[in-house]
Amino acid sequence: MTTRNKIGILDLQGGVHEHAFHLQSLGIEPVRVKVAEQLDDLAGLILPGGESTCLIRLLNIFEITPKLKAAHADGMKIWGTCAGAILIANRIEGDQPQLGLMDITVARNAFGYQIDSFNTIVNIPKVSKKDMELTFIRAPKIRAVGKGVDALLHIDDYIAAAESEKCLATVFHPELTPSLAFHKYFVEKCGITITSELTEIPERTSWMQFARIANPTK
Amino acid sequence: MENNRFELNAQLAQMLKGGVIMDVTNPEQAKIAEEAGAVAVMALERVPADIRANGGVARMSDPEMIAQIQATVSIPVMAKARIGHFVEAQILEALKIDYIDESEVLTPADDENHIDKSKFKVPFVCGARNLGEAARRIAEGAAMIRTKGEAGTGDVVEAVRHMRQMNSDIRILCGLDEAEVMPFCKNNGIPYHIAQQVRKLGRLPVVNFAAGGIATPAGDPAKRARAIVKATAYYNDPVKVMEASKGIGEPMVGIGISTMKEEDKIAKRGW
Repeated sequence: MTTRNKIGILDLQGGVHEHAFHLQSLGIEPVRVKVAEQLDDLAGLILPGGESTCLIRLLNIFEITPKLKAAHADGMKIWGTCAGAILIANRIEGDQPQLGLMDITVARNAFGYQIDSFNTIVNIPKVSKKDMELTFIRAPKIRAVGKGVDALLHIDDYIAAAESEKCLATVFHPELTPSLAFHKYFVEKCGITITSELTEIPERTSWMQFARIANPTK
Repeated sequence: MENNRFELNAQLAQMLKGGVIMDVTNPEQAKIAEEAGAVAVMALERVPADIRANGGVARMSDPEMIAQIQATVSIPVMAKARIGHFVEAQILEALKIDYIDESEVLTPADDENHIDKSKFKVPFVCGARNLGEAARRIAEGAAMIRTKGEAGTGDVVEAVRHMRQMNSDIRILCGLDEAEVMPFCKNNGIPYHIAQQVRKLGRLPVVNFAAGGIATPAGDPAKRARAIVKATAYYNDPVKVMEASKGIGEPMVGIGISTMKEEDKIAKRGW
């Protein structure tokens, strides 16, 4: 019986590097999970943003799915961001559920096209005292939560973040904005202590941080 | 929040990293690509191999065909506009396409200027053979770069050459003394502010996808598509790449780049 004391990121496709950078900023060296055996000593696993159809296909053909479910049952917490939230949902509108680990109903790509992607600033007291900038990219919506699931953030007609005892789901991308609050929240949910007092990545480290703002309507 | 549009657009490409974008010409093919695990599809009337074979002027695809593909899949849909053809780009934006590829595979509409991509809300991807070309496109507003390769040949050598050139240019730029940066920019046609970003990051400031002669049309497209997705996800695991390569049938015959006439090369389009 191994101890579950590490944080992993599913490394098949999508925003892996960005999650890793946030965790490293908190002093956590993540495991980049490519094969099922790497799940054995994880206290928590992040399912990153990417394309959910691609991720689920790779999870299934490389037989990671059964082991992932077993690890989850054995205590491994899971945080799904964007595509990851779709993967863990018990119900997907108009589609079959995939991993089915959290009692939430999601609508895939619920805002429309890339032109409908957006940023917003919110306050989620349970996660951070400070306001946080959130980035939604071709995001899903959480339409409903079941028993044992708390909605952390309501926006308009949908839920943007939810939590159960063993899962965290966010339809936005905390790995793309400077705040480390969500990563800290998840790591601590997994029972790992963070000694770093950093709350934000000091320099805005988005890949695009220095690039030209193509539509400068300030 | 509109000033964040470029960042949001470049971030969509970040979510595609490590994935495969597949050329498709109808909704059935788009469905095959999505089911095989593609992260996006490129909707076009003819694949590059057929554009090459048919000759003539290659234009933007029929918006109706693109709309049918958009209605069929939930993954992002990209489509090509001719270099400099801002009206085709406007049409694609009106379709709410997820990415516009200002592509040398189509016949260029302007032999001097590329599209001013900063005027658009939807993201652009542009081809490049070296750092100068990539940096000029980024300065024009491209949120993603695509090393060109030689489209429609099935010969990977040009894709390798362009990626190697790009990485080499970046390494040289990053190793320069500050005083040497401006002449390097001048000699390579690199906008100075983009050069400074590259020096700070040690890479392009946007995501790159490799294109041109990499994937090929196939007898059993679903099988080949699945194999390509598998091999890409596990690119650094030879056993898994070997397993993915088993029994996927004959590839297209292809055209060797070394036997091609210079004027037949598509990658030379764009400046």
